[in-house]
Amino acid sequence: MSTITEVVQTVGGRLTLDHLDTLESESIHIFREVGAEFERPVLLFSGGKDSVVMLHLAAKAFWPGPVPFPLLHVDTGHNFPEVLAYRDRAVAAKGVRLEVAMVQDYVDDGRLTERTDGTRNPLQTQPLLDAIADHRFDAVFGGGRRDEEKARAKERIFSLRDEFGAWDPRNQRPELWNLYNGRHRPGEHVRVFPLSNWTELDVWRYIAREDIDLPELYYAHERQVFERDGMLLAVGPVSSPRETETVVTKQVRYRTVGDMSCTGAVESDAVTVQDVVIEVAATRLTERGATRADDRISEAAMEDRKKEGYF
Amino acid sequence: MRSSEHSTLLRLATAGSVDDGKSTLVGRLLHDSKSVLADQLDALERVSRHRGLAHADLALLTDGLRAEREQGITIDVAYRYFATADRSFILADCPGHVQYTRNTVTGASTADAVVLLVDARKGVLEQTRRHLAVAALLRVPHVIVAVNKIDLVGFDEDVYTRVAADLAAVATDLGLLDLHSVPVSALEGDNVVDVSSRTDWYRGPSLLEILEALPGTDDPSHEEFRFPVQLTLRPQEAALDAAHREYRGYAGQIASGVVRVGDEVVVLPSGRRSTIAGIDTADGELSVAFAPRSVSLRLTDDIDVARGDLIAAASCAPETTRNLVATVCWLSDVPLSKHSRVLLKHTTRTTRAIISAVDGVLDLDAVQIVAAEDLGLNDIGRLRIRTAEPIAAEPYARHRRTGAFLLIDAQSGQTLAAGMVGDPLAGQGEHADQWDI
Repeated sequence: MSTITEVVQTVGGRLTLDHLDTLESESIHIFREVGAEFERPVLLFSGGKDSVVMLHLAAKAFWPGPVPFPLLHVDTGHNFPEVLAYRDRAVAAKGVRLEVAMVQDYVDDGRLTERTDGTRNPLQTQPLLDAIADHRFDAVFGGGRRDEEKARAKERIFSLRDEFGAWDPRNQRPELWNLYNGRHRPGEHVRVFPLSNWTELDVWRYIAREDIDLPELYYAHERQVFERDGMLLAVGPVSSPRETETVVTKQVRYRTVGDMSCTGAVESDAVTVQDVVIEVAATRLTERGATRADDRISEAAMEDRKKEGYF
Repeated sequence: MRSSEHSTLLRLATAGSVDDGKSTLVGRLLHDSKSVLADQLDALERVSRHRGLAHADLALLTDGLRAEREQGITIDVAYRYFATADRSFILADCPGHVQYTRNTVTGASTADAVVLLVDARKGVLEQTRRHLAVAALLRVPHVIVAVNKIDLVGFDEDVYTRVAADLAAVATDLGLLDLHSVPVSALEGDNVVDVSSRTDWYRGPSLLEILEALPGTDDPSHEEFRFPVQLTLRPQEAALDAAHREYRGYAGQIASGVVRVGDEVVVLPSGRRSTIAGIDTADGELSVAFAPRSVSLRLTDDIDVARGDLIAAASCAPETTRNLVATVCWLSDVPLSKHSRVLLKHTTRTTRAIISAVDGVLDLDAVQIVAAEDLGLNDIGRLRIRTAEPIAAEPYARHRRTGAFLLIDAQSGQTLAAGMVGDPLAGQGEHADQWDI
């Protein structure tokens, strides 16, 4: 075991942890509380940066042991190929078990109907809830952050879901000090958000500091895209341009990854993680506002999806 | 503005009466510190126009739920994030209604500072006193009072001076640790981020400047070491590295103080003594660590340690007890009288407990305990509690982490009450004698 020197930061002569260390310690505390109090936790893992950071923190929380729970990917079937490849690489490297719930299976056998706009993000809720019920998961780690969206700003760190997976924002348990109440009845489960207090910039600074590997599409690259509803969509099997839309090659990167048919790229020349940190620090658009068509549906789009059991 | 890499974190909670302009102030703080982004602002302006408002209503930034926007009120605590060059802020925006004391208590429980709004025209109201009493009760280190709507009293120095003097009197009365006040106009932006020329008689810093300069959390080097054990890390054959098959460490987050390799510690409630053999993190060993870092501790002796135990400095360890006198804020719609048998969660230990007596309820206006036999939603009262297992409970007045607990309904799992061991206001201010245990 190597010995590292503690960086003791003093502010006005006081011992102080810097804010990334404070956030890391808070998240590790949350992972350990769940590890100690729940029987069947699972970590939602899409290969997106927030889930990658969650897995990194979980590994730290239980070191020198392995991460003591499996991962669950709710696969829309509308994946960026490089993200799927990354997912499998990361799972193998960490030695964890991966469960996959496929939206495609539901569409194929008719349990779900494809939406007219083609987006599959809202279709993830049912496969997610079924997987939770089938595996009897009692704690489900999600990478949601409160700075992402205003309904999420009201979310607890431990958030109880009833047997229908529903979130009742007006009847949430008060959350005091760092005493998390995870008690639930059979059939209920708890969504746990270890990154609640992280911002997009915190996540990127942490990725830079910890040198965390991410799918390549988070960094600037050339890609064939077309513009729709003010967003740059990639040309691919599930997102092809209409007659009126022109395909152009641009230098872009992704701020979020999700359903390829509705996740927009942003023009960027941020090639390295440090470039991205600088870009995110200077951005004038929120992560979801810039890249998610599904959140533009209405002012309460996220609140409505969450009430139904979404992430 | 965005924080630098080595900034510190400050947790804030807001409080104020209805219509004091709290949401507007928070919106102003976010907006003027450039933490509101263009698309959020566009959405804000669109909705404001749709409602027939002349200006973008900054309050809409913080009201996240459909019901809140429809009713124009804040129902639940919302968390906001903003940053300046040296500091990142987490702001718990708490609703102002009198019946939402539980939200103020929730927000204040983790806060390093409370930002309280007072309407300059109305001065110190009963509700101002109640909010200050909650801040004092929860032992929030700093309180900043924004005397708002100073534009509506013509930027009058005398009005502000009167309100500030009244506030100082209440603060002394309650034994508040540290109180600042600042005249502001949340609507117009005076003294929120930049010092205003319209209040040239005010020589102090702006609200944001005050927040940036606060010392923040308590200095761990002046605290007693406390470490609630979350779990034992003992990977055996599952160890990632064969060298760690024999590893046994106690994982947790340092609740207070500093720990060094070689320190003598005591494990509670067993009372067994040992010495710190190592302080581990996934990134390597530390020779010293302090609150609030998450670490794993190794001891020199092979003694029985499990989740729920407290590792404490041997030189200043707390007593364990099964009988508590505590101050609680009742958080449930169902009154205390229906819950004589409950679960008590203290640090990482959950034990069965019986509420053996209700000593009274706190009159927040007079800051006095008055006789009562029951507690209802939002009541703050004094209880006697007996626990099935001994706990290392310490007076909340000195230990915010090891002095706090929850009462939980064993059947529904609901959180019933937020508890503080002893009397957090004891020894503070002129009401101290009425609060003796």
